[in-house]
Amino acid sequence: MRFFGRGHGACPGCGLAIAVRNILEALEGKCFVVNPTGCLEIISSQYGRNAWGVPYIHPLFDNAAAVACGISEALKVLGREDEGEVVVLAGDGATADIGLTLHGMFDRNHDVIYICLDNEAYQNTGHQQSALTPLGEATTTTPAGKLMLGKIGRKKDMVAIALAHGSPYVATSSAVLPADIRRKVKKAAKIEGAKYIQIHCPCVTGWGIDGKDVVKVGNLAIETALYPIVEFENGKLLTVRKVKERKPVEEYLKIQRRFRHLFTSPEGRKVIEEIQKIADENALRYGIDLKK
Amino acid sequence: MKIRLNIGAISEPLQSEQFKTGDWGTEWSFVDREKCTACRVCEQFCPDGCIEVKEIEGKEVAVVDHNYCKGCGVCASVCRYGAIKMELKELFKVDVC
Amino acid sequence: MKKVVRGFYSVAYAVKLCKPNIICAYPITPQTEIVENLALMYANGELENCKYITAESEFAAASILVGASAAGARTFTATCSQGLILMSEVLFNAAGMRLPIVIVNTNRALSAPLSIWNDLQDSMALRDAGIIQVYVENNQEAHDMVPQAYKIAEDKRVRLPFMICMDGYKLTHAYEPVDLLDQNVVDSFLPPYSPEVYLTTKKPVAFGCYAPPHIYMEFRVAMQRAMERAKEIMEKVFADWAEVSGRNWGGHLEVVYPDSKNFVIAMGSIVGLLRKVVEELRNEGISVGLVKLRTFRPFPVQELRKSLENAEKIIVIDRSVSFGYEGNLSIELKSALYGMSPEVISFILGLGGRDVPKDFLKELVKNAILGKEKSGFKGFKEFEEVIP
Repeated sequence: MRFFGRGHGACPGCGLAIAVRNILEALEGKCFVVNPTGCLEIISSQYGRNAWGVPYIHPLFDNAAAVACGISEALKVLGREDEGEVVVLAGDGATADIGLTLHGMFDRNHDVIYICLDNEAYQNTGHQQSALTPLGEATTTTPAGKLMLGKIGRKKDMVAIALAHGSPYVATSSAVLPADIRRKVKKAAKIEGAKYIQIHCPCVTGWGIDGKDVVKVGNLAIETALYPIVEFENGKLLTVRKVKERKPVEEYLKIQRRFRHLFTSPEGRKVIEEIQKIADENALRYGIDLKK
Repeated sequence: MKIRLNIGAISEPLQSEQFKTGDWGTEWSFVDREKCTACRVCEQFCPDGCIEVKEIEGKEVAVVDHNYCKGCGVCASVCRYGAIKMELKELFKVDVC
Repeated sequence: MKKVVRGFYSVAYAVKLCKPNIICAYPITPQTEIVENLALMYANGELENCKYITAESEFAAASILVGASAAGARTFTATCSQGLILMSEVLFNAAGMRLPIVIVNTNRALSAPLSIWNDLQDSMALRDAGIIQVYVENNQEAHDMVPQAYKIAEDKRVRLPFMICMDGYKLTHAYEPVDLLDQNVVDSFLPPYSPEVYLTTKKPVAFGCYAPPHIYMEFRVAMQRAMERAKEIMEKVFADWAEVSGRNWGGHLEVVYPDSKNFVIAMGSIVGLLRKVVEELRNEGISVGLVKLRTFRPFPVQELRKSLENAEKIIVIDRSVSFGYEGNLSIELKSALYGMSPEVISFILGLGGRDVPKDFLKELVKNAILGKEKSGFKGFKEFEEVIP
């Protein structure tokens, strides 16, 4: 039984498509997908070319969380809760920028698994920056030039925001960790309330990487501690993916076109140092370094 | 001839399967059945769901459906047994004089 | 059961009788007491198979209803003014997805300047959304419209959102005797909501698919045809309602003194005042009739042309304006009467709750008929605009 059909329009090597397949399989297709406008919507939901094997709705760019709340409550009232989980599959822009209704979902604690497929920019429209674009990334709206060296400021800390709302389950994962995605999604499905999972999804076109390097790049984000893989239950840190020997961030940055400008000037070097600082902070905050 | 139009642009499931994406890329992946251990890692990683473990001649092996394979190479990059190779499609093999 | 109740309650009670599954709203004056009444009914366990949700904004409220409606639930919200405008992105979307959400809009002016008082500018801004719009004159009509709204919106030949527009304050806050419906009357009229297609894992379909240029236009044509069908279906529902409830509110229009030479046309609560104006003018020997326009979308073009075929002069009472042109109803009416040759005089008045006394209205209408009053804004203080 397929839940995400072949023939969809994702770029070859799309990290987000890997994540989506594993999410749906973890739930055995027993789910309702709410998908705001974005990469995933564009590749899967053209009229007459629907790729979904599960009930699906694409409402607007900015209201997926609220629509999911509506489905969740309707299923309860209509006595159809057993049909499955209500899952939002949203991009990083739809989550951290324009997704106005996420805080209401957390506040009222509707039974929804909100999954942010984080490819770190508006990729379907050609790579514009979002609140989850990392420091120094050159996008078409934060291009590398004389005065600006890509995105200024850090990724918005959505995990902290979800935790601050008292979300019962908050986790991060990566498209390159299918087993981890499956475990976390299954776990979230067992918990009542508004859950948040953020999945790092390498993007071949936006990041400027080859399909063959998708897994390598995804893993480097974890091994440099730039993308901590963590899990919280009821606000308590439950698991952290540890790293035996943390790699310098250069290794991650240098193989992606989006960061390549950082290597060609002294100012760029300073940005790399800043990025290393972020990685170090992450490592310290979550205890990512495996103690010898 | 009138076309059928679903109210509100509602679509039936899995229609995308009619659209073969196998002609997108320049390469396809191929599985070496001898080396394949049917560990299913490639299956979990394929963004297009087109590599699946099947039983062939009494042995479980990964099989690529070239109707859909976009040639991204993710499967080859995750195979721990070196059982998957990317090969240029015949169409793109040109002799350079 | 006749009771003296406020407009809020007349709506809330009718909503309860219609047995919605999800009620979701955000408070905004002068709508709030509608949902407060419903919240209280919910808190007291008077709403069966229903969940009441207070959203964090009107935008979220409408979005929650989109999800609920797509999942097969009967839904209700109430809003107005800024709230309706904040909902508008979602409502255009809901109409395109053909979701029969019922909305009560308690008409209120738009900012800036901020005004919590009444005019029709808010719902006029949603004219092109693909939402059915009916304007009511009094609280009994508002009460009666709710079950009819569900019946029309949920008809599988229609499937469009339905907005009942009632004047803020003038109706919402007014105490009027309202004959509150019996549950069995509503039950016999309005069947439970059982859509043919909805979100379910048993038959997984995709809602909200995008349409490239080769197929987009067809869906918009389909919405137009649904509106056209709604026009006929509404007349049937209005007639059925008259039979079931014993109250006949007319069709898309109500025409008073159809044989008159002159007509006044208006929507909403001001019609009540105009009834008196028309009576008084007729007593003075002036031939004037009244057209109460109930349905604004779909616009009843043929009905208006027929009712006004012998009219020499038509006075349009607008309580909203399309800046740079004129009053909204006036624009619509002139377009509907294209090719006919009555003189149309349009007055824009009562904006932002500006009082419209009966005698003032009477003088305007009378002078218009006598050829002594031109179209335009009426009842404002002349000024010189300065930059401080």
